[in-house]
Amino acid sequence: MNAAKMIGHQSLWLARRLLSGVIVVWAAATFTFFVQFLMPGERAQIIFNANSGNVGEIPRDQLLAINAKYGFDQPVIVQYGRYIRDVMHGDLGQSYVQYQPVTDLIGRQIGPTIALAFAAVLTAWIITITTTVLFAGRDNIWPKALGGLQVFLATLPPYWLATILLVVFAIQLRLFPVVGGNTLMGLVLPTIALALEIYGFLGQAVLSEFTRVLDQPFITSSRMRGTGDLGIRLRHALRHAALPGITLSGWIIGKLLSGAVLIEAVFGRQGLGGVLVAATSTRDVPVVSGVILVSAALFVATSLFVDLTVQLIDPRMKEA
Amino acid sequence: MNVTYPAASFRQNATPPAASVPLLGVQNLNVSFGPAHSRRDVVKSVSFTVEKGRCVAIVGESGSGKSVTARTLVGLTGARSHVQADRLTFQGKSIDHLGDTEWRALRGKGIGFVLQDALVSLDPLRPVGKEIGEALTVHRAIRTGAELTERVLELLKLVGVPEPAVKARQLPHELSGGQRQRALIATAIALDPALLIADEPTTALDVTIQAQILDLLSETRERGKAVILISHNLAVVSQMADEVIVMRHGEIVEHGSSEQIFGNPRHDYTRSLLKAIPSVQSRGSRLSSYKAPRFISAERDVTKALAQSDIAQRSRPLLEAEGLVKRFRGPDGKLRTVVNDVSFRLGHGETLGIVGESGSGKTTVARMALALERPDLGEVTLEGALWTAATEKERRQRRSDISVIYQDPLSSFDPRWSIERVIDDALARRRGDPLDRASRRSEVSELLDLVGLSSSFRNRRPLELSGGQRQRVAIARAIAPRPKIIVCDEPVAALDVSIQAQILDLLGDLKSHLRVSYLFISHDLGVVHHLSDRVLVMNHGVAVEAGAADDVFLRPRQPYTRKLVAAVPQLRFQAA
Repeated sequence: MNAAKMIGHQSLWLARRLLSGVIVVWAAATFTFFVQFLMPGERAQIIFNANSGNVGEIPRDQLLAINAKYGFDQPVIVQYGRYIRDVMHGDLGQSYVQYQPVTDLIGRQIGPTIALAFAAVLTAWIITITTTVLFAGRDNIWPKALGGLQVFLATLPPYWLATILLVVFAIQLRLFPVVGGNTLMGLVLPTIALALEIYGFLGQAVLSEFTRVLDQPFITSSRMRGTGDLGIRLRHALRHAALPGITLSGWIIGKLLSGAVLIEAVFGRQGLGGVLVAATSTRDVPVVSGVILVSAALFVATSLFVDLTVQLIDPRMKEA
Repeated sequence: MNVTYPAASFRQNATPPAASVPLLGVQNLNVSFGPAHSRRDVVKSVSFTVEKGRCVAIVGESGSGKSVTARTLVGLTGARSHVQADRLTFQGKSIDHLGDTEWRALRGKGIGFVLQDALVSLDPLRPVGKEIGEALTVHRAIRTGAELTERVLELLKLVGVPEPAVKARQLPHELSGGQRQRALIATAIALDPALLIADEPTTALDVTIQAQILDLLSETRERGKAVILISHNLAVVSQMADEVIVMRHGEIVEHGSSEQIFGNPRHDYTRSLLKAIPSVQSRGSRLSSYKAPRFISAERDVTKALAQSDIAQRSRPLLEAEGLVKRFRGPDGKLRTVVNDVSFRLGHGETLGIVGESGSGKTTVARMALALERPDLGEVTLEGALWTAATEKERRQRRSDISVIYQDPLSSFDPRWSIERVIDDALARRRGDPLDRASRRSEVSELLDLVGLSSSFRNRRPLELSGGQRQRVAIARAIAPRPKIIVCDEPVAALDVSIQAQILDLLGDLKSHLRVSYLFISHDLGVVHHLSDRVLVMNHGVAVEAGAADDVFLRPRQPYTRKLVAAVPQLRFQAA
């Protein structure tokens, strides 16, 4: 295959992936839109409760006024069309409870969440690569010990670990702030708490592939050329072993975007997870939909990035 | 090939040792595996020497210790091995008990090593040029990046890889099998080592490519380097080696010049190995001394069976393929014609061999014969009735008329099923008279007996069997539904020569016993010639030549067939 054709092939693949990404986000938008009709209670009642600050039957004139204001009196299909149109213009609606655009609300919280997710995955990778390269496939007790530690970390509840870290390093040793906010120092403990759990999974995936690859004939072949052990590990085995880990990382990042809420709560951090929990409990539908939509879009982007990275490491994937 | 070795650009390692000292000296080498309490000896009291410019071959079956012996010479027998030798010298220096750094200095620089099957012996994620470059950089043999690139291209050119600049940047899977093996050899000879060890260097290759690789190894020897060739293919060995070491169960059973080993073998084992090679001469005779007890009482004359098949040929064909065409879409979206206008007939009790190199389309033809693949044009008929053109529902009734045996039965067995269940499952598909449980049970014993396995095998699992035993089970499964035709797709390609001989003999016995027809697919001309009545030669999807086996192989008419026949290594020095 010549280079020009390869590029054509590549851009066709990219176009197809982007299109399927758009479809995923559209499906998420449609799903969240129709699910709100399955939730108990009139939407106008929820808004009325939030506005008035107490729970009571909504008067009829108020009901009509709110329905007219939010367009709830329109046929469902019209509401849906309007919603999709707004989403395409980057408008995710108004929060029922907080009287502000959902995009502003998410915009303020998404930064800390992404920072934490990436810091945690990056840290987990650093630990994974270091321990794997040092200990995997050795003819001693270390690979087994490492495997055991990984299982232990994977099963450990991260918020429990977070609490221990908080008590020891922030409260007793006073090395880090108890409530860190968005400072760099405040990022350290939650990152470690999350990274250790991720390492439990990531480390296992990379370790087992690394061990498998060390037995492959091309590794023996390279040793027969006089390549030293470190060269074997860094130049040959690591690339192969990284592949399943990278695929797993995409899934982990996607999960962390809305799933780090417990860790965020322990450390008093802002984040998308907290927004989602609060919005769900107050039935703030536009915010719930918005968070789901943004998570879906980020997830699509992450998995595209993951696939491109995998292709960069293993060009054979381009042809598949 | 007219490529000359750029001797000037390579440093000579050391001053040549005195004439009396051999390049490599091995005396009383013992290698064992496992912990002290359950140590397994894999190499026992092995002694030999290798001189400069000589090729010494080590032959033997899998498990004979030939590869372990070779790996000892580069210190790569593994962490759980114990190597002990009275003397182990290379270029006059002891290489016994070397440290890791000393071994690394020797590997690639003093001793080059080529493994089989470059597809798995080159890192699939690294460009070929990088792998060759690694051989140079780990020994700090070059200084600059430009020098490295130049040297890598020089090496690729030396081993005869076309378009070196392009190929150096490609990954192993983008190269053809022959180019890959050449590139692998380039990594081993990059620093011009005094000794090159090649462990089954041509095992996965087609005959024409095999011949080219052997030429390349011969050139290395002609440059004054020593070569240790490890192979189970005696014909290959007879072409290359000055000396032959025959190993069995970790011991040397015979050691002598090629002339002596092949012309006047002294040991029974060597003789049985030589006898096991299927060839023109072996046609109509047995390859192994083993015969399933079943067939001894009901002995039939092979020539009688051949005569019967002559009669059968004149009657209506059992399986008939007419103008088969099959196209597949490649990864670039382009249509490729894999099979182009292939026709053949298979008569009752007849064996039709289909021979060709990898990519010739022979397996696709087999899949169409089994109606697993629908031809784009043409059709296959079974006993005059629609076969490929029928619906799957119609075919299911008659599926039991055609069985199949593959190269690797392991991947076609459910690893959790017992052998009994594997065969019972096939018996349940027998048409006509459905068997009850009890009679199926006795039928399993009957079938195992027929393929030369005792009833005790019924409770074993596929993973507990050796390659030959697995292939026997695969054959028992294939004959269980009482098929009229068995499609054999490379049934012996993964087996050692003596096991191959037993399986070929078994297939021959079954043919006369069950009056079954074979569609026999193989890349090995000797195997096809040994077993087939008629053959079809395929190249790039086209049936190049067809006819009686002797006519095609002994008097080939087409240039391609001639090239193919000429490329098959022949046993030299053979006693008449």
